[in-house]
Amino acid sequence: MKDEVTRDERVANLKGMGCSRKRVEDARFTQGKGNYVDDIKLDGMLFGDFVRTPYAHARIVSINTEEALKVPGVLAVLTAADLEPLGLHWMPTLAGDKQMVLADGKVLFQGQEVAFVVAEDRYAAADGIELVEVEYEELPVIVDPFEALQSDVVLREDLVGEGGTLPDGAHGPRKHHNHIFRWEAGDRDPTAQVIAEAEVVAEESMYYHRTHPCPLETCGCVASMDKVNGKLTLWGTFQAPHAIRTVVSLISGIEEHNIRVISPDIGGGFGNKVGAYPGYVCSVVASIVTGKPVKWIEDRMDNLMTTAFARDYHMTGKIAATREGKITGLQCHVTADHGGFDACADPTKFPAGFMNICTGSYDIPTAYLEVDGVYTNKAPGGVSYRCSFRVTEAVYFIERMIEVLAIELNMDAAELRRINFIKKEQFPYTAALGWEYDSGDYHTAWDKALKAVDYEGLRAEQAQRVADFKAGKTRSLMGIGLSFFTEIVGAGPVKNCDILGLGMFDSCEIRIHPTGSAIARLGTISQGQGHATTFAQILASEIGLPADSITIEEGDTDTAPYGLGTYGSRSTPVAGAATAMAGRKIRAKAQMIAAYLLEVHDNDVEFDVDRFVVKGAPEKFKTMKEIAFAAYNQAIPGIEPGLEAVSYYDPPNMTYPFGAYVCVMDIDVDTGVPDIRRFYALDDCGTRINPMIIEGQVHGGLTEALAVSLGQEIAYDDMGNVKTGTLMDFFLPTAWEVPNYETDHTVTPSPHHPIGAKGVGESPHVGGVPCFSNAVQDAFRPFGNRHTNMPHDHWRIWKTAHDLGLHD
Amino acid sequence: MIPAAFDYHRPTDMAGVIALLQEHGDDARVMAGGHSLIPMMKLRMADVPHLIDLQSVSGLGGISIGSENIRIGAMVTQTDIIADDALAKGAPILREAALQIADPQVRNMGTVGGNVANGDPGNDMPGLMQCLDATFSLIGPDGVRDVPARDFYEAAYMTARTDEEVLTAVTIPLPAGGYAYEKQKRKIGDYATAAAAVQIVRDGNICTAASIAMTNLSDTPIYSEAAGAALVGTSVDDAALAAAADAMQGDIDPSEDNRGPVAFKKHVAGVIVRRAITRAWSRA
Ligand SMILES: Cc1cc2nc3c(=O)[nH]c(=O)nc-3n(C[C@H](O)[C@H](O)[C@H](O)COP(=O)(O)OP(=O)(O)OC[C@H]3O[C@@H](n4cnc5c(N)ncnc54)[C@H](O)[C@@H]3O)c2cc1C
Repeated sequence: MKDEVTRDERVANLKGMGCSRKRVEDARFTQGKGNYVDDIKLDGMLFGDFVRTPYAHARIVSINTEEALKVPGVLAVLTAADLEPLGLHWMPTLAGDKQMVLADGKVLFQGQEVAFVVAEDRYAAADGIELVEVEYEELPVIVDPFEALQSDVVLREDLVGEGGTLPDGAHGPRKHHNHIFRWEAGDRDPTAQVIAEAEVVAEESMYYHRTHPCPLETCGCVASMDKVNGKLTLWGTFQAPHAIRTVVSLISGIEEHNIRVISPDIGGGFGNKVGAYPGYVCSVVASIVTGKPVKWIEDRMDNLMTTAFARDYHMTGKIAATREGKITGLQCHVTADHGGFDACADPTKFPAGFMNICTGSYDIPTAYLEVDGVYTNKAPGGVSYRCSFRVTEAVYFIERMIEVLAIELNMDAAELRRINFIKKEQFPYTAALGWEYDSGDYHTAWDKALKAVDYEGLRAEQAQRVADFKAGKTRSLMGIGLSFFTEIVGAGPVKNCDILGLGMFDSCEIRIHPTGSAIARLGTISQGQGHATTFAQILASEIGLPADSITIEEGDTDTAPYGLGTYGSRSTPVAGAATAMAGRKIRAKAQMIAAYLLEVHDNDVEFDVDRFVVKGAPEKFKTMKEIAFAAYNQAIPGIEPGLEAVSYYDPPNMTYPFGAYVCVMDIDVDTGVPDIRRFYALDDCGTRINPMIIEGQVHGGLTEALAVSLGQEIAYDDMGNVKTGTLMDFFLPTAWEVPNYETDHTVTPSPHHPIGAKGVGESPHVGGVPCFSNAVQDAFRPFGNRHTNMPHDHWRIWKTAHDLGLHD
Repeated sequence: MIPAAFDYHRPTDMAGVIALLQEHGDDARVMAGGHSLIPMMKLRMADVPHLIDLQSVSGLGGISIGSENIRIGAMVTQTDIIADDALAKGAPILREAALQIADPQVRNMGTVGGNVANGDPGNDMPGLMQCLDATFSLIGPDGVRDVPARDFYEAAYMTARTDEEVLTAVTIPLPAGGYAYEKQKRKIGDYATAAAAVQIVRDGNICTAASIAMTNLSDTPIYSEAAGAALVGTSVDDAALAAAADAMQGDIDPSEDNRGPVAFKKHVAGVIVRRAITRAWSRA
């Protein structure tokens, strides 16, 4: 039989790896046909919402629900007293702490959930909330973690033993009643010694402010307890549906097979939707109590003020180097403000996440990290907003320390980086704080980036601008922001990564249909990343069926294999690997079938794009479509019918994507207004599955980086009031504020990942934040600026200029 | 973010509106585009048991440009202002300012009447109207009256309009000379950190008239007569700019908020007003 189609055409038909395939999800999203949790409407569904405390720290004297219950349509008002008999007035957090579901005697942050009003619709619920009378006795408020560690005020009486003793926390001994943990990595004394003996030491303190992931869709759920068959169905905005099922089972006592968790379409997560929230528990209880489905949906203020914030790290560093700029040691101390409960979502053994990646992309022989977690009267959280566990903090820290060291050495910061990069031949590289970097070629990426932007030309232009400024010819300064980052993603190896004891493997299950199409289900869940598009591409290349013939399904725990969900850029490194491995199992069976059909030995056929061919005789072949049909419909001796596979993938290591970013910014010294003139982003995420999706992810991540560095914050006043609880004050950039991004890449595959892919969704955020910040700081370097804290909003930039005497 | 229950009224003529306002007194409020009022109701900062929608009331629309005056109906939206080419010729500062208000979605709904009647110091049009020396026409149970924009604002959300009056139109004397509306904001959709409206008339190299008003730098818009006066008779050189900015500083009284502290706002106000004057002068 003559094959009319060329091999290149067969490859193109698959739309497999490397193809800029259009996102299959977008047809429904762009037509308003998505199905988000708030689109779910069930017969008789009720609506629940919270009475929240206006006070950041107060004792609850009394709660009177009488008037609220008189509102037409209000059916019930739940308080901690109602949940206590069920043991559900508190719940475990992912960080080994526990958290009040409803205020149990006191409140610890503004907006904390005090009572849950259940009503026939959300309007009645809102009216009911107004009428719940709560009497508070105000307590002293602590919003500063340093003050918290000195204060006599006990925030968490439940964690103080008899006679004021301090029982150990989930991560060991605590040194004060408002202290949560101390976590150490590296070598304390050797690092101190290196620093003491160093030729040059740069020291800096920096505050990585509190911000919020702020997904466009807020958190919410619908709980439906079917009393007839005893099954609980829970739809919600869950980044980790299986983990939620297990947690719900553990805390409610409902057997896990009787719980079905479904994540429908999710409108962005960025870490905000990883944890478990009181709204979920209250909805489940309310559904059990009323026998009806109960919906809970946050409004924007609830979301910003109460569900998982990000960062709030006070970091102090010392970096030691020779006079020539070779770094010899690094020390970092963090005071981490976790708010009223420790509800971070980190792998259990890492209470400060992967902060110990803070040696960055540099060959630093000796290092020490120490993190103290602290309770304050702020909302709980500390999640990884578009990053793998605390990696944004780590990268910000080291990329600022490098800049400060460059100032100390009076050296160019690009050159200082080059001198200290881990060299290509050093990989796999074991860092001083323990991680084994899988692969990298930093020098190549750096040179490519600097050449692309004409770095030397930019520096010359900047020098001219400074001269003009000093001569009174301009009031505008120019900043060149550099950043080189190494991420650590794909958590992770079960030997050291678990959340609440749940190992962080992931999974894929594939069923090939007889006519040669397929469905694959994964333990992850897309929140905008485009999994339905890219995972089908991985499979297309692995099993030789067109991506367009493969359905990807995620998020329903009754059908999908167990997995730990999507966050920390783990989907491609872990579930993507599982997908490839499951695909290879399919291919292995297909090979036997093909050999049988072609009447040759298994070893005499080989895979070629979309078929198995007889070695040396490519005109003899069976397509995967034909093989699929035979798998179901032909009796093949020694081979079971069907073509299915499942893979649970426990990654041998993390993956380490990296990148080189340059930002060019003009700053109006008199108003503090920055103007981003240019942003160049080179990403190396290993093997590239879909370049168009990568570019989209880079644009999104950079935009969130711009937001965080230039204005986005959750600010509190001294009384613990949130000052930035609406989008008027919480900065969410629009197309208007965003520059034109130039994207670029190098490809350094991961040696341990089945297809060499490393993950990219979070890289631009991780690398972008220090790049924007460094640009602002660099503009003022010629006038003596060392470091100023983010967010660099107009008034803070103005203040930098003002403090440097540039307005005189 | 759910408002308290309210009754919705949609009268078709002004008599109906006034009757409802008289009947319900304090409990009633008119709504134009709703883009200031509805957010306040959702936050339960405004309690409006009777909401009177003006959308179907006749006689509140239209832009007419006469030989001396421009009349803009209260229900004319910011988008209408931007789209009207004749208006952009007659009073180009209106389009320049409207383009700096909120975003297209908000501007499609937000009206001139709502913007000036609202009394929020953050609104851009009150200062603009003071700069242009506009007059607001009000109708109430006792008939019609006109109030100059420069006398209209008393404090935040407090204006010369009584609860039973409706603002029907804004009348602006045809402006002369150069113009500029300069606004610093944190992002699209934000109210001003500082904004300045400037109209300036030039004869040869000498400024013969100047009108300057500032936005979001006090609890009312600030018409700074002294700032304008500082320019008249000068060639708008550095010394005149400094004098105008100094005079303006004497009239404003900003307060600290998330945009920044007082010192920053004052500094920025000075920069913004100079830029506005310079641009207006270059167009005069
Ligand atoms: C996201 C966002 C950003 C914004 N940014 C800006 C900005 O940058 N600059 C700016 O100036 N504005 C801004 N606004 C406000 C917007 O321009 C409003 O639409 C405008 O302030 C009010 O116009 P409205 O027609 O919506 O009035 P409404 O909200 O309907 O009414 C406002 C008030 O005026 C009263 N009122 C309305 N019409 C009349 C009338 N004819 N007679 C008597 N009283 C009346 C109402 O009773 C109410 O008290 C923003 C709004 C939003 C939502």
